[in-house]
Amino acid sequence: MFSRPDFSRLTQIALATVITVVAPGLPARSAPPAKSDSSKAQIVSGDNLKSLKGAIEIDGSSTVYLVSEAAAEAFKDATKSGVNITVGIAGTGGGFNRFCKGELDIADASRPISKKEIDAAKANKVEYIELPIAFDAITVAVHKSNKLNSIKVSELKKMWEPAAQGKITKWNQVNPAWPNEKLKLFGAGTDSGTFDYFTEAINGKSKSSRTDYSPSEDDNTIVQGVSGTKTALGFLPFGYYEQNKDKIKGLAIEWDEKKTGPVEPTMANVLAAKYNPLTRPLFIYVNRKSADRPEVKAFVEFYIKNAAIFVSKAHYAALPETAYGRIMERFTKLQIGTGYNGQSEIGMAIDEILNREPK
Amino acid sequence: MIDIQRLINRRKRQDLFFNFLGIACTLVGIITLLALMGDLAYSGLTRIDWQFLTSYPSSSAEKAGVLPALVGSLLLMFITVSLAVPLGVAAGVYLEEYSRKNWLTTVIEINIANLAGVPSIIYGLMALSLLVYQFHLGRTLVVGGITLALLILPIVIVSTREALRAIPNGIREAAYALGATRWQVIKDHLLPYSAGGIATGTIIAMSRAIGETAPLITIGVPLFISVLPDSPFQSTAPFVNFDWLTAKFTVLPIQMFNWVSRPDPAFHRNAAAAGLVLITLTLSLNAVAIVIRYRLRKKIKW
Repeated sequence: MFSRPDFSRLTQIALATVITVVAPGLPARSAPPAKSDSSKAQIVSGDNLKSLKGAIEIDGSSTVYLVSEAAAEAFKDATKSGVNITVGIAGTGGGFNRFCKGELDIADASRPISKKEIDAAKANKVEYIELPIAFDAITVAVHKSNKLNSIKVSELKKMWEPAAQGKITKWNQVNPAWPNEKLKLFGAGTDSGTFDYFTEAINGKSKSSRTDYSPSEDDNTIVQGVSGTKTALGFLPFGYYEQNKDKIKGLAIEWDEKKTGPVEPTMANVLAAKYNPLTRPLFIYVNRKSADRPEVKAFVEFYIKNAAIFVSKAHYAALPETAYGRIMERFTKLQIGTGYNGQSEIGMAIDEILNREPK
Repeated sequence: MIDIQRLINRRKRQDLFFNFLGIACTLVGIITLLALMGDLAYSGLTRIDWQFLTSYPSSSAEKAGVLPALVGSLLLMFITVSLAVPLGVAAGVYLEEYSRKNWLTTVIEINIANLAGVPSIIYGLMALSLLVYQFHLGRTLVVGGITLALLILPIVIVSTREALRAIPNGIREAAYALGATRWQVIKDHLLPYSAGGIATGTIIAMSRAIGETAPLITIGVPLFISVLPDSPFQSTAPFVNFDWLTAKFTVLPIQMFNWVSRPDPAFHRNAAAAGLVLITLTLSLNAVAIVIRYRLRKKIKW
């Protein structure tokens, strides 16, 4: 029971409160890149959705929250039904904790279900359907004029680890072959999931990072910063990089620890899960028992059918049409179990994930 | 003569100095509050309109609103106050008027003092394990209300006792002298006279409760909610229903926190606007309590 409250989340609350309270004027406002319109979302089965009742309870990852929120909102608008959908942000672990007790209809997760959680679900006789819905990827970008084409994960670590604070200030301090120029770092703000994930993948620990860089909660500011500073390096969600390819240069990533790469930041590589370690799949897990309820069935089908819209709204990489087709099939056939065996494996392509028979 | 004059001047300078020091200290508080409100108003005031107050949360900042959070906060305060005030006042009256000084009351008193200092997250953990998991009450309004009521209970008890202590003993003795029982003294004299002080304590307690986030996050209050709790009043008999007590809810501070932590700055404006709504709500609840206190105090003539 004491594992449930997410204390880092609480620190964030404290921080967030302080920030709202103290921050003199919030950062510049600019509209995010063209958003897909959620009103385009289509209803799947034409049954009388207005008559749907009941409640759907969703909780879990705050990264996936953004997608589930968009889905819940669009479902409410599209069906005009009285289904009460609640979405929480207990974190992936907190969500699974409740899900495996049978308290939730859907768990939002930014990693596959773990061994312990599988056992807990078994003990409580909870069966689940594992549905990948998107890829969350981060791109490392530099100024267009920069001659650099690829970067090693170890070099990124040297730049971003807490020990680099105030010490690593020039490019040639990271790699002697690089120019003797000032290193100007841009990155996502400490409240974002992007920051959490980047620090975990590069520095080995979520939220552990040097703090003397230019943080921004607005990814457009990172694009502006990197495109306007010749000696800059920054990281941002892949979705934003895709939309600003003409302004900044994305670096290929060489994962020296695993002897892979360098891999270019392209949609194909993200979907093939080659772009590592900066790609992770995002999931929703549906309780098998709940899937029999008409409101849950209608909602999940609606979710998968329109997932690309909701996913791009949250700036993650949507899966290809065909993949969503197979995911829909997995749901309608009620294939229970996980394809992951309780381990988070990096580098599984979407087809590979879907080819694995869930157990 | 000159010496005395100089001495007086020095003392007067000290007096003046302390006067200014006092003003400066007072200003720290006032300026902070004004800067805070000013900043929130600057970023959020233009965002507040009818749409903002009557919309559900949304993934587009322009379409998002605080309706479920506002309703949730109001209903939660209603439950909290209706639980904490009767319990707290009764406990305060007992400790001040009935209980004898012995080791038991000492233990109780120490406990209450300690309880006031327990971090609110601990109340959240208690509510989660006891109310949610043991009593299976769910993550509902009534659980949130009980948690916050327990959280502010010590404040209500302490302020009740302070208010009772401020009543001159002569009043009690005079009433006893006329043959009143202890209950009559409390009902007809002590409670009416101390109502102002109790109301003040309740205001402070309520202001604390309405901004609480930690215990509610611990209980697992969701962020997005698509249907409001049922109305407590209905047009058919018996005109009230209690379904809303077991409804899911969300509150303003949680909504605000979520908006602050989102990457899109348009949501930060929403957060500031939600902050303004929260402050306005707090101040208007306070205003109601202050009016009540004023009316109660006017009746008292010692």
